[in-house]
Amino acid sequence: MASEIALPQGSAPAIAADAGTPAWRRPWALAAWAALALVAFWAATGTTPTAFVHLWTWLPALLRGLLANIEISVLAMVLGTLAGLLVGALSLSPLRVLRVAARWYVQVFRNAPVLVLVYFTTYVFPFELHLVSWTFPFPDWIKVVLGLALPASANVAEIFRGAIQSIPSAQWEAAQSLAFRRSEIFRLIVLPQCLRRMLPPWMNLYASITMSTALASLVGVHDVVDTAQIASNTVARTDFTILVYFTLLGLFFACCYPIARATRALERRHDRH
Amino acid sequence: MTATDRSSATTAAAHEAPLVALRDVHLRFGANEVLKGIDLEVRRGEAVSIIGPSGSGKSTILRCITGLLRPQRGAIRVGDTQVDALRSEAELIALRKRVGFVFQQYNLFPHLTVLENLVIAPTRVAGRDRAAAQREARALLDKVRLSHKEAAYPGELSGGQQQRVAIARALAMRPELMLFDEVTSALDPETVGEVLTVIRDLVQEGLTCVLVTHEMRFAEEISDQVYFTEAGVIVEHGPAPRIFGQPESERTRAFLRRALGEGARTAPARPAPLPEALPFERLRFAL
Repeated sequence: MASEIALPQGSAPAIAADAGTPAWRRPWALAAWAALALVAFWAATGTTPTAFVHLWTWLPALLRGLLANIEISVLAMVLGTLAGLLVGALSLSPLRVLRVAARWYVQVFRNAPVLVLVYFTTYVFPFELHLVSWTFPFPDWIKVVLGLALPASANVAEIFRGAIQSIPSAQWEAAQSLAFRRSEIFRLIVLPQCLRRMLPPWMNLYASITMSTALASLVGVHDVVDTAQIASNTVARTDFTILVYFTLLGLFFACCYPIARATRALERRHDRH
Repeated sequence: MTATDRSSATTAAAHEAPLVALRDVHLRFGANEVLKGIDLEVRRGEAVSIIGPSGSGKSTILRCITGLLRPQRGAIRVGDTQVDALRSEAELIALRKRVGFVFQQYNLFPHLTVLENLVIAPTRVAGRDRAAAQREARALLDKVRLSHKEAAYPGELSGGQQQRVAIARALAMRPELMLFDEVTSALDPETVGEVLTVIRDLVQEGLTCVLVTHEMRFAEEISDQVYFTEAGVIVEHGPAPRIFGQPESERTRAFLRRALGEGARTAPARPAPLPEALPFERLRFAL
């Protein structure tokens, strides 16, 4: 059981730059030490509460489930970012048709509840694909990836468009007066400034998509929430059920908190320029 | 070398065609007519100032010269290039390689260091060797007295320092013509002097410069020709001593009375020309 407390402890010092305090006296380290001491006390005296004994047995299954969540969130963000950059570029196109289409895509998928989109992709796509004489399975977890990639792409498109438009037109004018081509201005002047501005909101989106992966359990993916439900039903003890959901909170926190910390660090660094 | 000395030196070149010539230039944004027939000439090696009230189209004239804006009517020529006839991006780029532009708001590239701001155009646009471009950039930074800031980002510099970097950035393309668009208007009075000193040096080296400015004393000191614009037309133009000494038009007189009257109240003495070696920190235009 110590490992879910050890997780945030292990990741925080890598990001936390609060030098000055010795490593062992930082809050995370202190919490980990306290937990370790408690476990040692329980082990030595043989008084470990039953709920914690059950949690210890179920922890490997929970962590395997968490891995599914992480895989889904990473894939959804990769797909969502690629599609979102494309849609964002289309929304700045000189062609009206493309602009309008891109705007509708963004509006539709940004304003839909994520759960609805997850159900949508689950039931819209078949469970397997037939291509000529081959049959490919189309597992539920990939459908969830698509269901999360849709709102992610709409948000990335908006972040991208906002970043491009936030670059003052004076930058274009200055680069033009230095004889840059439009394509060069975009590539050398505008885009590098955009990426900087996009990074913090992009990481916020990543954290929120990671949290949304909990919805995968609703369409039958064996993720960490699904595993927790199975564990809770199998053990059938109220104190264990409470403990397992607290553990879930801890696990999701351990995934998202480092992202939030890194975002803040990046924002601080970019204040300089 | 004073403005008058330089005028006599440039009279020899007076009969050759001017470097910049605008003929009857008209430009409007929608229903708003900004330029209503501008005629303007700049000879090689001359410094020309355009003065006039805000909104009279001074900055628009500069943007037309470098092809950032296209007039609806009239002809603009820079050297052998008929600017108003340029259509393709390649043609405009060929023009802009020869014309430097300095903006009121500096418009440095905030994601690049000072040195990179100076190097990016010569290497990417003019295709110069990187090491040579860096050498030249350092020399230019030295000239605007900012060599100690080459690793800084624009956001870390004061307004006056940013504007000097912007001037060096334009010079890095080795332009034959420099356009200055109210380059001291956004600066606090303390730093105006350091920028004006840089421009004065350039004019004295014989670089052709067109300045839009509200610094009347400075315009009078360095200009060969002064154009007074109001409401989109050139009201009057001529050598600086005549425009500032005996203006013909009542409107010029009224404008100068206001502009210089204010200046006279706050800056009674015209700043004496300062020795080269004087550090910028001591350059104060008493305002």
